[in-house]
Amino acid sequence: MSILINKNTKVITQGITGATGLFHTRGAVEYGTNMVGGVTPGKGGTEVDGIPIFNTVVEAVEKTGANVSVVYVPPAFAADSIMEAVDAGLDLVICITEGIPVLDMVKVKRYMEGKKTRLIGPNCPGVITPGECKIGIMPGYIHLPGKVGIVSRSGTLTYEAVHQTSTRGIGQSTAVGIGGDPVNGTNFIEVLQLFNEDPNTEAVIMIGEIGGTAEEEAAEWIKANMKKPVVGFIGGQTAPPGKRMGHAGAIISGGKGTAAEKIAKLEECGVRVAKTPAVIGETLVELLKEKGMLESVLSK
Amino acid sequence: MNIHEYQGKEILKKYGVKVPEGRVAFTVEEAVKAAEELGTKVVVVKAQIHAGGRGKAGGVKVAKNMDEVRTYATDILGKVLVTHQTGPEGKEVKRLLIEQGCDIKKEYYIGVVVDRATDRVVLMGSEEGGMDIEEVAEKTPEKIFKEVVDPLVGLTPFQARRLAYSIKIPNELVNKAAKFMMSLYQAFVDKDCSIAEINPLVVTGDGEVMALDAKLNFDSNALYRHKDILELRDLDEEDEKEIEASKFDLSYIALDGNIGCMVNGAGLAMATMDIIKFYGGDPANFLDVGGGATEEKVTEAFKIILSDEKVKGIFINIFGGIMKCDIIASGVVAAAKQVKLDKPLVVRLEGTNVDLGKKILKESGLDIVAADSMADGAEKIVALVK
Repeated sequence: MSILINKNTKVITQGITGATGLFHTRGAVEYGTNMVGGVTPGKGGTEVDGIPIFNTVVEAVEKTGANVSVVYVPPAFAADSIMEAVDAGLDLVICITEGIPVLDMVKVKRYMEGKKTRLIGPNCPGVITPGECKIGIMPGYIHLPGKVGIVSRSGTLTYEAVHQTSTRGIGQSTAVGIGGDPVNGTNFIEVLQLFNEDPNTEAVIMIGEIGGTAEEEAAEWIKANMKKPVVGFIGGQTAPPGKRMGHAGAIISGGKGTAAEKIAKLEECGVRVAKTPAVIGETLVELLKEKGMLESVLSK
Repeated sequence: MNIHEYQGKEILKKYGVKVPEGRVAFTVEEAVKAAEELGTKVVVVKAQIHAGGRGKAGGVKVAKNMDEVRTYATDILGKVLVTHQTGPEGKEVKRLLIEQGCDIKKEYYIGVVVDRATDRVVLMGSEEGGMDIEEVAEKTPEKIFKEVVDPLVGLTPFQARRLAYSIKIPNELVNKAAKFMMSLYQAFVDKDCSIAEINPLVVTGDGEVMALDAKLNFDSNALYRHKDILELRDLDEEDEKEIEASKFDLSYIALDGNIGCMVNGAGLAMATMDIIKFYGGDPANFLDVGGGATEEKVTEAFKIILSDEKVKGIFINIFGGIMKCDIIASGVVAAAKQVKLDKPLVVRLEGTNVDLGKKILKESGLDIVAADSMADGAEKIVALVK
């Protein structure tokens, strides 16, 4: 078991003929992901590496039975691509594209209201269920199938957490990058909820960063609902206010969204917060030992 | 991206937002000429820098005659203003806004922002104008009113009126205030703003509703579709190294410390700053080389870090995903040869092609300290710069 994606997931790539889209589609195929098609308007009827290309998402879905799409389309056109995937009724759209104007995303979110599709991202590394399905730009080989769920606003910091757990023999059920933009598809709480209900996830690592109040809200939710131990980390403890730290969403504005506030809230709500990004794995091991869960969480 | 107040007001004016008549001046003579052209009894001399708190720092003066205009303009131009938003080093004033004075009856606050909690644009208002709105939000949150906008229909007149009533705009001016808000919202969405803040909005003795100040910030992701806004960029307001970095599509932010950092990914870059601080050091910068960095980009990044005289040592922390460790290594070697590296360099590589990357560094003959993990690397660089 896992969340969001597994070995039965059928995936199409939107923007499959672009350099990035093609490179990572090949990476996914190599990892064993069931890539069933691609979409590039104007290139319908052709194929790459034996993967059929369609002009529209709806046609790709009809012909391939795909239920998930991944978007590598350039930022100016990405919002439209997400809406096309939502319109085609996919279960899940994962948008990797970085740099989508925030007002485009405001419209996308409005468009998605009342529709069944879930969006992960944009500006995210993607989602991986180790050993089964990799959708996105993360290096597959650092992952290990297992029982720890990881949810994060940052890409490379997710790799860091994955690496620190895998090297300690602790694998991941699913690792989800929700992205670093201020307006995104799926928030911490929604992913935590999925991990909470997933019988194969026994503990969770949540990686946040400065900006906004999503981590604080997640902390409250954890306190009220979470049945599984959670380790947290917040990046940007030394970030100066008013400066956008790379991610569009990572900015302390009006004294809100500081790391100190977030860490205090998480600890208050029972989350074990790693003091530095280098001890996320260690902190998890400690917590699992205390709970007597380490043995059952270790991957065989 | 930020722009100056006078530029913001020019944009808003085109949308029908009422602003006082004003002119920009780069010299004292221009300031006096502008005041003469305005021809009002009272003019305001306002320092134009990309930071708030100018009034308190002595950057805004009311002049009652031409001599005063000359005195204030001479005084403010070239002055370094230190406000709560400039940092201790302050900002030098190079432009002035000369504006007609107006008869202020009462001050209000109006702002438009993208609200993360609702994923919508929100119009905010308060009767506590002219004050620090964060302070108002903290101390008297009941005095801040919000209208959440549906992007499909935009801000509706009833919402604008409701907000005007909530913040106690005089009855006879509610329609004018509502029109003001509608225009402000339209400017916000048309120009892809991230913030549009009018503090204060004023009601005048002759029954006008006006923007006395205007702060517009723009979504840098949307600038590709706003060439007119891009032209307003004032490089004097930006750090030289940040400008250089932006040419190479590197995300760089100058900080006060002495350890230069080069990292891939924004989250890891922030976390690297944190861990340096944890081990008692001080980062000199935030630098994300991005996922698709080329050898050339890495070389440029390295040069930018070294152009900072404060830098006493460099820590490179890479977790290669798309970013391959051998490319980073080749870039570092090329840069170190070009700039004659004479400062300690600690490199931690992990991820895609890590062995190849390590091999390139080892065979380069450069004096590089290898680190096994980010903690190890941070400890080493902190010890080396002490």
